[in-house]
Amino acid sequence: MTATLEKPPVTEAPVKEPRDWRGPALFALVAVIGLVVMPLVLEPFRLGLLAKYLTYAIVALGIGLAWGQGGMLTLGQGVFFGLGGYAMGMHLKLNDAGDGLPDFMVWSGVETLPALWEPFRNPVFAIAMVVVVPGAVAWLLGTLVFRQRVRGAYFAILTQALAAAMVILLVGQQGLTGGTNGLTNFFEFFGQDVAADSTQRGLYFTVAIVLGVLFLGAWQLQRSRFGRLLLAVRDGEDRVRFLGYNPATVKTITFTLSAVMAGIAGALFVPVVGIISPALLGVVPSLELVVAVAVGGRFALAGAVLGAVLMGYAKTYFSEELPDAWLYLQGALFILVIGLAPKGIIGFFRRKDVTA
Amino acid sequence: MLNAFLRTAVGAGLVLALAACGGEPTESTAGGGAAAGGNTIKVGLLHSLSGTMAISEVTVRDAELLAIEEINAAGGVLGKQLEPVVEDGASDWPTFAEKANKLISQDKVATVFGGWTSASRKAMLPVFERHKALLWYPVQYEGLESSPYIFYTGATTNQQIIPGLDYLKEQGKTKIFLVGSDYVFPRTANKIIKAYAAANGMTVLGEEYTPLGHTEYSTLTNKVVQAKPDAVFNTLNGDSNVAFFKQLKSAGVTAESMPVLSVSVAEEEVTGIGVDNIVGHPVAWNYYQTTENAANSKFVAAFKAKYGDAKVTSDPMEAGYNAVYLWAEAVKKAGTVEVEAVKKASGGIALERPEGLVTIDGETQHMYKTARIGIIQPDGLIKEVWNSGEPIKPDPYLKSYPWAGSLAS
Repeated sequence: MTATLEKPPVTEAPVKEPRDWRGPALFALVAVIGLVVMPLVLEPFRLGLLAKYLTYAIVALGIGLAWGQGGMLTLGQGVFFGLGGYAMGMHLKLNDAGDGLPDFMVWSGVETLPALWEPFRNPVFAIAMVVVVPGAVAWLLGTLVFRQRVRGAYFAILTQALAAAMVILLVGQQGLTGGTNGLTNFFEFFGQDVAADSTQRGLYFTVAIVLGVLFLGAWQLQRSRFGRLLLAVRDGEDRVRFLGYNPATVKTITFTLSAVMAGIAGALFVPVVGIISPALLGVVPSLELVVAVAVGGRFALAGAVLGAVLMGYAKTYFSEELPDAWLYLQGALFILVIGLAPKGIIGFFRRKDVTA
Repeated sequence: MLNAFLRTAVGAGLVLALAACGGEPTESTAGGGAAAGGNTIKVGLLHSLSGTMAISEVTVRDAELLAIEEINAAGGVLGKQLEPVVEDGASDWPTFAEKANKLISQDKVATVFGGWTSASRKAMLPVFERHKALLWYPVQYEGLESSPYIFYTGATTNQQIIPGLDYLKEQGKTKIFLVGSDYVFPRTANKIIKAYAAANGMTVLGEEYTPLGHTEYSTLTNKVVQAKPDAVFNTLNGDSNVAFFKQLKSAGVTAESMPVLSVSVAEEEVTGIGVDNIVGHPVAWNYYQTTENAANSKFVAAFKAKYGDAKVTSDPMEAGYNAVYLWAEAVKKAGTVEVEAVKKASGGIALERPEGLVTIDGETQHMYKTARIGIIQPDGLIKEVWNSGEPIKPDPYLKSYPWAGSLAS
């Protein structure tokens, strides 16, 4: 975790430069590869895996915003991922069950549908909750802790504790949440057979486009006045306060945005992978995503996305090739990248210091 | 200088890695379809080789590899050698689903042997049902399930938990306390236990759950001791058992004063818990290393020869070992590895296995198994003290038990 202790590079005052077209050109290239080349080249199974990595990339984008740009090391993004995922999972489960109860309630001894579940029958409500619940939780948490000037390691520990608490809550309420099994065995996704190749292909495009749109949004945000203020808060919170801004508001807004991104990612993950369970949103998966962002390069949004896709791919690749030893390889890859390039892979390809 | 060199080196490394990955899918396509063609039949082995479940699941994989080796040495199946494709479920349920999908759609395996926890099975179930592929699941579980694409070679509740309760009742232990890990198997098992107790004049004095991996048992032990039950029914899993039994021993509980009947502690776990802490307590399974018959002597000897003299054999390992033989037998009978034909051929197949006679019940795809209660011995092995006399017909929904009516709705 030395990466978190190291001071981020000093931000230079913005200088009006001639518009740099390399960024947009690269984005367009990646978009073509993602939307045209990959669907043509990959078999359905591999395309499904790529869709999964891209949902992780959406979470990573949020982490890049909160941590890379805003200096808030959040070790509990799994919580928001889970809230979004469960909102979607509950809707799919109810949709499959029709008039009956979801399968896990039957074997958990629940006889009537809990009131909490009822409104999730409505797809509009469920999709709204994917955004609203993670956003509201993050807003509340942010308002409480940032005003108290909780930051650095304390904030990180708090978010991690939240992830641990969430897992215990979900596991303990088996009748309501499916316990350790989580929610799985979905049949239909908005009228489509969720396992069909055509549905999965459509889902891949959905995930890729959502990621692209969120990326552009985050990029614009980062270039805006708000983005500059966020960097300033990261590099010198007290100075910003003395200048008359309220850093707590800036941080709360950013943290909420990152939580909403994680929620959306969770909701997309459910139909793509076919399961949401406490194991996906605890401390370890939350940390894995932070590690992925560090590997990709936390000071650039593209680095966060790259890191998530690369680490996801590495995990699949190593575990398929060397099922007995893949964890060591994954660890070695992490140490190698962080050891040789503290600014991540993106930092590697850019000559000057990457700060934005 | 050095920096520039490192940049180039790592850059080149990354490119190479990506190139290697890029080439990989095509290669699998070429290899695909080989399940039935070529000189080998591919079969998938999907257990946790890393993470918290690895300690248990690796032994099952080893037993399955042994079975494959033995079958190959005896000429294979349909004249072809079996080729195992091993994947790591990593103690993570979504990973089980992903790897199951990979084995079916990329490697085109004829069948998969895998899983341990109920959560991993529930995560894999939709994958096997959608692809109409076969999974052989080797561990005792909580019942209330019967997927047309899963064969269950471990016990269902009426072959382990209910015989365990019958045994306690016979011993006059009518006041019991339930202790379990907080997940689906213990919770469902305890629901069944409570229904049984209500119908059989037994009293449940308390029911406590701790998270998987929990190791602080002083409070819970106090509760148990204060409730003064005749016996404890233990559905704790994994390393929690170590802490629980140590705490019980230090609280002065002995196997004579308050026996703790475990359903997830086998030979493999006894070593981890420490024989001193658990000696004399009863367990309920369908197989022990000490079970006496020719098939078992052969299995134990072969396992020790392959993996080392210090290794023990346990019920889930034996169930995994059986699964490979039962599938191979069904394939021989069907004359093909095609899933529907194998399913159809499987009903009624009966083999003498290390646990005794095992018969596949075609209707539920569970096995007829003999229930056995054993007592943990000072040498760490388990001695059988009671058995059901004959293989019990599997009844995953407990339809033949009037008191269980409300459970299986």
